[in-house]
Amino acid sequence: MKWEQLCQGLAEEGFLRLACDIAPRLIQGTATTFQLTMLAIGLGLAGGILLALGRVYGNKLIYWVSTAYVQFVRGTPVLVQLFLIYYGLPTFEIRLDSLTAAIIGLGLNSAAYQAEYFRGAIQSISRGQMLAARAIGMTNLQAIRYVILPQALRIVIPPWSNELIYTLKYSSVAFIIGAPELMATGQIIASRNFRYFEVFLIVAFIYLVCVLIISKLLDIAEQKLKIPGLEMR
Amino acid sequence: MAVSSKIIVRVEDLHKRYGSEEILKGVSFTVRQGEALAIIGPSGTGKSTLLRCINRLTEPDRGRIWLEETEITSPHTDINKIRQQIGFVFQDFNLFAHLTALDNVRLGLLKVKKLPKKEATERAMHELARVGLAEHAQKYPAQLSGGQQQRVSIARALAMDPKLMLFDEPTSALDPELIGEVLQVMQKLAEEGMTMIVVTHEMGFARSVCDQVIFMEKGVIVEQGPPEQIFTNPQQPRTRQFLGKISELYGGAGR
Repeated sequence: MKWEQLCQGLAEEGFLRLACDIAPRLIQGTATTFQLTMLAIGLGLAGGILLALGRVYGNKLIYWVSTAYVQFVRGTPVLVQLFLIYYGLPTFEIRLDSLTAAIIGLGLNSAAYQAEYFRGAIQSISRGQMLAARAIGMTNLQAIRYVILPQALRIVIPPWSNELIYTLKYSSVAFIIGAPELMATGQIIASRNFRYFEVFLIVAFIYLVCVLIISKLLDIAEQKLKIPGLEMR
Repeated sequence: MAVSSKIIVRVEDLHKRYGSEEILKGVSFTVRQGEALAIIGPSGTGKSTLLRCINRLTEPDRGRIWLEETEITSPHTDINKIRQQIGFVFQDFNLFAHLTALDNVRLGLLKVKKLPKKEATERAMHELARVGLAEHAQKYPAQLSGGQQQRVSIARALAMDPKLMLFDEPTSALDPELIGEVLQVMQKLAEEGMTMIVVTHEMGFARSVCDQVIFMEKGVIVEQGPPEQIFTNPQQPRTRQFLGKISELYGGAGR
């Protein structure tokens, strides 16, 4: 293969040679990390919005259920949650592969945190917005969909950026249940060649680059969606 | 504009209580088609609560309200249908902050009345032109002055083609030099025959534009009559006292 020929040209024991050799596998791991992060954050986004709406607008039962969920998830370690899903669910004949378990686990975890960001954003919107929407004959749901959420989602972008970055980095704990993401890939490589420092330096660098790219993209999105008078207050 | 004999709104024995405080203690009145009714009185006497009870943004505890033949207060009434027929203008405008002036006016037409986009746009532009803001259609609320925002909110209410307009102290949040433009739009509406109820501290407007004036205090109607009676020959000592204080402040009852 061409890539391997390219690596052959580099000094035998040097850092560059190592980087070159392990690059294809790390790229594969990065792709998995990316997939894991995006699916988890997407699941968390949908769940978070529903939980936030439940806590702000829900009746007693809905409020209680969504609050209990948020408290449970925020009050327990993500690792425990992952073990519950990956090692615990087979007790009920539900067997998930490690990547699926990681996506669901991190997604459900993220939902609780995102719910709090969304709740804050929704509650920061003045009550008059809801009243004005109802006054022209909108139902509660229409008012939420066309007036409250479009504003809340814009306000939430800056704090939400943190959540996306956290999820990307926390996705590394999925290596413990064997999901073949970036961290796990680094672990496998290093345990064979014992060059832990160099391998994890490269892994750290990849995470850093990913985080910087995501931050930049979110900045651009924030600018694009900016509306006069609707900045984070 | 001539006031017809057809009754648009009838309010009967309206009561509302917040905790231990009774805000409305049995208020009754009617408004005829084409009539402009001003509700005046000291702050905290239930004027705004009364207005909000009429489209049930606040639920009354007791009493009944009719819009023409439909009882608004009946539990079987679809309140969202009723609200489309009652325009409401808020003291602090409450324009949708994420939408342009055009979209503020158009949203109800698209999502509530479900008009096709082209028709909704034409209708919205027509209403914006009516309040003199056609050239500001693409601006966001934060880019408009208070007076302009309030005029957009009037256009938003008018777009739904209401049978009745409710104004809740529409100029109280405005700088003095911006009050005129809003009152002008309201005066034009009254002259065109819109039925309206206006809670206001603008005595000049109540006097020169409205057909009826209600003086309210402590949750009851103290006095009701045509503006000439209320402003030049009030029957109740409390009305006289209130208007006296106002004219002391502003030099003449016509502010």
